[in-house]
Formats: sequence, C-alpha cells, structure tokens
Amino acid sequence: MPVMQGKELRIVGFLCNWCSYGGADTAGVARAEQPTDLRIIRVPCSGRVDPLFIVKALLNGADGVLVSGCHPRDCHYSAGNFYARRRLEVLKRFLPVIGIDDARFEYTWVSAAEGQRWQQVVTSFTERVHALGAAPRIEDAKPFLKVADMALKPLRTLGTGKNAPLEKLKEAIKAKLPELECVIGWQKGYDDIHTTPLFMKSAEEVDKLVWGPLNVVNTANYLSQFKGKKVGIVVKGCDSRSVVELLQENLISREAVTIFAMPCEGTLDVARVNEKLGRYTIVNAADSDGAGLLVTVDGKKHSLAMEELAQGKCRCCTHPSAVLTDVLVGDAPQAPAAAPTPPELALLDSMGLEERRGFWRGQMERCLRCYACRNACPMCVCRDHCVSDARDPHWMTQEADVVQKLFFQTIHALHLAGRCTGCGECQRACPVGIPILALRQQTARAVEELFGGYKPGFDPAAVPPLLGYEVEEQNIRETRI
Amino acid sequence: MRVIRFIQSDGFPDFLARLSRNNRVLAPVVKPAGKRSVVFEQWREGMPVILEKTTVPPKEAVLPQCETLFVCKKSKNPDNPEDVGMTLGTVPEDASTTLPTLIFACRSCDARGFAVLDRPFLKGPFADPYYKARRARLAVITLTCSTGCNTCFCHWVGGGPSSPEGSDVLMTEIEDGFVLQAMTPAGEALLESSNLADGKDIFPKAEAARKAAWASLLPAPDLKNAQQKVAAVFKNEQFWREHAAACLSCGACTYFCPACYCFNITDEGDAFEADGARRLRSWDNCMSSLFTREASGHNSRAQKAQRLRNRVSHKFSTYPENWGKFSCNGCGRCISNCPVHLDIRDVVVNALAVEDE
Repeated sequence: MPVMQGKELRIVGFLCNWCSYGGADTAGVARAEQPTDLRIIRVPCSGRVDPLFIVKALLNGADGVLVSGCHPRDCHYSAGNFYARRRLEVLKRFLPVIGIDDARFEYTWVSAAEGQRWQQVVTSFTERVHALGAAPRIEDAKPFLKVADMALKPLRTLGTGKNAPLEKLKEAIKAKLPELECVIGWQKGYDDIHTTPLFMKSAEEVDKLVWGPLNVVNTANYLSQFKGKKVGIVVKGCDSRSVVELLQENLISREAVTIFAMPCEGTLDVARVNEKLGRYTIVNAADSDGAGLLVTVDGKKHSLAMEELAQGKCRCCTHPSAVLTDVLVGDAPQAPAAAPTPPELALLDSMGLEERRGFWRGQMERCLRCYACRNACPMCVCRDHCVSDARDPHWMTQEADVVQKLFFQTIHALHLAGRCTGCGECQRACPVGIPILALRQQTARAVEELFGGYKPGFDPAAVPPLLGYEVEEQNIRETRI
Repeated sequence: MRVIRFIQSDGFPDFLARLSRNNRVLAPVVKPAGKRSVVFEQWREGMPVILEKTTVPPKEAVLPQCETLFVCKKSKNPDNPEDVGMTLGTVPEDASTTLPTLIFACRSCDARGFAVLDRPFLKGPFADPYYKARRARLAVITLTCSTGCNTCFCHWVGGGPSSPEGSDVLMTEIEDGFVLQAMTPAGEALLESSNLADGKDIFPKAEAARKAAWASLLPAPDLKNAQQKVAAVFKNEQFWREHAAACLSCGACTYFCPACYCFNITDEGDAFEADGARRLRSWDNCMSSLFTREASGHNSRAQKAQRLRNRVSHKFSTYPENWGKFSCNGCGRCISNCPVHLDIRDVVVNALAVEDE
C-alpha cells in the first residue's frame, strides 16, 4: 500500500504550458518542498480550460481543482487568460448552486519564473482543501425534495390578453405574408387549454392564430431552422429577448426576420393548470374574464386565475412588451423596472450546500435523459451536434446515474452563461418537472453581478460577456491565494 | 370463475407489506415539484401510494433506462507487456434481477405495453436473455380506469379502461374498496397467497364500474385501415413536414412511451482500470438525429419529418405488419408530455383522411 494512501486528497491542477507548468518545474528544480496531492494536467493555455473540465472532475470525485495560467497581459496567445478569467469566475459563482463548495475550486496566475510563488500557491490551496476534507458526493446525499413557493405577488397585474387587438395583428401579418416564407405563432392545440406552434403560410392559416396566456411555447426556438429564408415571428416579451440574443450571436440575420409583437399580460403554468383540473375527458367551454380563464371540463367549472397560476417568470417579468419589433400592435404597458430573485432560485438560496446536493440528487433521479430541456431551449443552437451525445469528445457516458444527469444540466447551464434570457422553456418542457431553470438563473445572476448588470437579449449590437474581456475587469478580483 | 378478492380502501399498506416480503414491489408515488410528477418506485413500509396514472410508464421494470451487459478487465503481464490478459468481471447486482418484480396499480395501457415489448424481445427468431430474465419474474396488478382522459385513447387501438392484456390481476374501485380479479395463473397464486377477503359476491359491482368507465369514453374513430393508410402516406413528404413542423426532436415522446423499446449499445470505461470497462445497453430514441447516423457520416433520417414519420409508421404500420397489432396502446403520454403539445392522434386521423393516389 502506498505510504500516502488515505492521507492525500485528490486535487486536479490544470496548468498552462507556458507559465505555471514551468513555474512548477522551477519549484521542483529549486527543491522547494510541496504537498503531493496535486495531479497536474498540462494544457496549452488557461483559455483552453473549459469550465466543464472542472465540473467533471468535481462531480466525479476530485476534492479540489486548481487552474493556473499566465499573469494578465502575459498570455502566450495574447488574450487566452482574459477569456479564462471571465469563464472561471462565472463558474466559481455557479458551483455552490449544485452544492459544491466554491472553495474547492481556485484559479490563479503563476509565471514560469515564479517557483517560489508556485510553492506557496500549491501549499496554501492544498491546505485549504485539507481543511475542507474529502469532498462529499452528490450521489451519497440524502434526497431532499422541496417545492419553490410560486405564490409570490406579480410585479404587475397579470391578465389574459382578452382585449388585445388580435384582429389587427392578423391583418398586419396578412399584409406582410407575401414577402415571407411563413410566420411563426400559436394555434389551438388538442383542446381549448393547450396551444401548439403555428406556421402561417396563407391567410386562412393566419386566422388560426390565437393570443392569450396559453401561448407558452417560445416561438424563437424555430427561427434558426429557417436560416436563409425570410420569416415572420409573433413574440411575447420574453420570446423577443431570445430573438435579440440570436441576433447578437449572428445566428439569424436582422433582414431575414420580421418581428410581430403584442404586449403580453402573462402566461399560465400549464403543469399547474393540469394539476388543478385533474383528470378530465373533455373541455366543454373556455372563456376569459380578464383576470383568468374560466373553463368547464367534464361539465365542471374551474377558474384559472392568473394571480394564482401564472408561470414564475411572468410574475418577475419586467419586459412584457417585445424589446425589438417591426410591427407592434397594441399599447406597450408600463413595465416594472427591477425584478426580485425568481422563485426557483430563491428556493435554492434558502438551502445550505448539503441540502442542495440532496435536492439535486432527489430531483435528478427521475430524469430520463429525454433532452426535452435542451431541445426546447431557443439558445441551444448546436442542435444535432450536442456534446452530451458525442462519443468523441466523450463528455458523458450512457449510464443513467444522477452524476451524468446533473452533469448534463451543468453543461447546459454553463453553455448558456451570458446567453440565457430566462425564458424558462427548459423547465416547462421537462415532463417530470425538475426545476432546472434555477441553474440557468444562477448563471444569469453571476453574469449580471460581474459584468455591470448585463442582461442578455436586449441589445442586438451588444457582445455577450463571455465572448469578450476587459484587461482590467471591474468586478473580478482573482488573486485569492 | 377465477379467483376474486376484495380489499378495503385502507388495506393497501398491509397488502403491499405482505407482497414486499418476496417481491420488489413498484408502486406509484408523487414527486413534489412546481410541476409534480408520479413515478413508480420500490415500495417501502410507510411510503404513501397514489393511485394515479404515472407520468413515467413502468417499462423500466423489464427494460431499464441503462443496464450493464458485461464488465471486462484487462491486465498486462509486468514481465512481458505484450502479453495482455482479459477476463470478464462481475456485473454489479441490481434489485431488478435479484427479486421478482410486482407492479402495483399499473394501468391497462401500460400493462398492454408489456405485450408489445414481448413480441420483438421474446417471440422473434431469438429471445433477448436480459429482457426474458426480468419479464419471467414480473407480475402486474392493474387498476382499471374509471374514466378516460383528454390525452388517452386506449379504445382507439384495441384496448380499453379495463383491458386485461398484460395484467395478472385487474383491480377495480367500487365504493369503500377495490375488487381484485385474477386474470392469469400467476395472478391466482398471488391472490390466493394473500389474506384478502373473498370478493365473488361483490364482483358484479366491479363489472358495473368497468362498464360505466367504457361508457364514459368519447367515440373512437375506426382505425382498421390505419396500417394501410399510414403506409400509403409514407412517401408524402409534405404530409410529414407539416406534421413535424413544431416538433423539437427531443425524446419525451419515446422515453415516456410504454411501447417504445429501441436501445443503444455503448462501451464505457477502460478495461485496464480497477472497475473495468462496461458494455451498456441504454434507451435510444428515433427522434434523435444520431439514431440513424452511420459511421460514414451519412444519415438516412437527417430531417425531423423523416424521424416523426418513422415513429408513427412504426407504431401504426410496420410493427402491425410484423406482429398484427399496433405498437401504441393509447396511453397518450407522448401527447401530454410533449413540450409543444403535438398530437399523434391527429397524425393518424389525418393519414386516414388522405385520398389514395
């Protein structure tokens, strides 16, 4: 048995070839005494370190992860470490939401000449991880299921869009239709309380368009599949942010999309509507009284009040009107300025790390890996080339355990950092109701805090923060060790 | 008449405890969340059971989401590195193979799902040993439905709220209790070994309840030509493009289907490592573009319309061609779980309406 067995912890280090790897070598040549827990992986640049390397290590049993690169302004490739700094700082603020202590991860800068500094970095980080002890595993946590309180008061009065000028909107679409391949909207689905996307190509199809709190699907999801064609899209406020984000990333072109908008008065949480109605055979009637829907199913009347059953995102919505439009029908309402912490994230905020591990373990157990969350995401633009399905690189195994499932959610959340507009389609699409939106909300909060209140999907000309950098970051103070 | 028993509404914990002595009993439980779901879980003392149709069907009892087929280990001879030995390791045990499984409060549609799976896995040119081992030790207690629902259509496809196919025991709710009727010898043995009261006298009440359930269903379209009609629209690209327009190509319809059984086989891990390499069989779904992507890069179903066509055709045309029955039991989960509310019923009904060329 090795002498150190049981005494060492598993610490993984990702070291830049041009500086820190050399720094470690310098420390070795100088015979500087160091702890032996660190396992070094040499990378060409700290910019090469995908945050997923770190999450994968931590979820699979590493007790700590250290990334070390060249000092700012000293990158061998000019700017790799500037990009790394932004990504890694977002990651550091993301880890606690899945129940991992952010002290188990650190990034720092050590040059090839700084043997002594390397010795100090590795010693202090190893001591820090030893003070925390062996990392607890997600799969060992006791399942802890808790439900977010959705009964928070909406920022504005929600309604059903009963008096929205739908006919005017239809006329506007019909007028533009000859120039467009099709216009994406919503139509009545398999019954009066479910809608399904509509692709309008003719005036008759435009007459099928519906408007109201059941228009839950984010129409922007379909835009990228019409690349190269001129299309129209009907949007709610939240959908318009996805359209803008797609424009920001050059995934669609402004000339090719015509945005039709009406101010949204809120949407219903269809899952909770279904729960309230229970098992029913047929919808006899559906109407609206302005404050909610009045539906009769199997001869029994139900009132679906917006106040009670609106989606969490609608309660916190600050942009009921589209942020970018070509054709605006109806008057844009006064929008509230500041949003509170969304209910899903507030629930996680109320838990400790151990409870969060138990929470995600308990939630992920019932995931079937159907990837409805991914495919419902308008910003998941890799489509048929997702890393979760790839065998090369082999990010995930086909095993159906909580680690694989949570790791996928982490991949999704981190790929969306600075891009997710919080439309909540991932969570709505989940057939088993895993509250995965909270993970995206946490990345959005981190981005907002770090990059001057940046919110994705407002300005088509804005560069998403993780695609850029500043030499002197305003809110990042990275030297902690 | 077969064995019939009666259980009082409050008698389930005792009944389940008795069954759990020799079985892995899977029972529906609620998973609380903003959007609650109902799943089958191994029942343990004190676990509250809910008699609702589950969000996730019970097919995992015979076809797990992922199972290890074998483990292999390699070792090098330290004196001669070219000499590599390979041995088979032990597959980690799981409860689904060590104990007989009993599904409690299944629904008729899901029980018929097992009959759909049985045909290709057991009745083809060879039997699948992994499936067979689990299936041989499976018993199903089905709760008959008292009504239909907005998404289910079991009576369109040869089933019904109290269809017995695939069930060992049918359980029907009457006032203050449930009547359990054995449908197979295994079901008889199961009821005989219980300490439940005889229910022959009140069986007419159960029959009446079942009739009432049938009567509550909405009229069903005639699907006797569905096999030919769905096959006939196979080449109608326009038809499939229109129906697939809103599809997101996710796997919610297939993974939540009690009758979908496609799988993938992958090797994971390194045979030189302590745990060895694992060969896994895991669910796969035909709505994913990877499903048909070949090593060459060619993809015979690169478009989502082709994939939807495959799914519907398999259920209503090609499977019936091979086995004489639809591979859809009308549970409606592909409709209720679809993120964009696509409706397979529409596709089939519209295919019936297409005029033959």
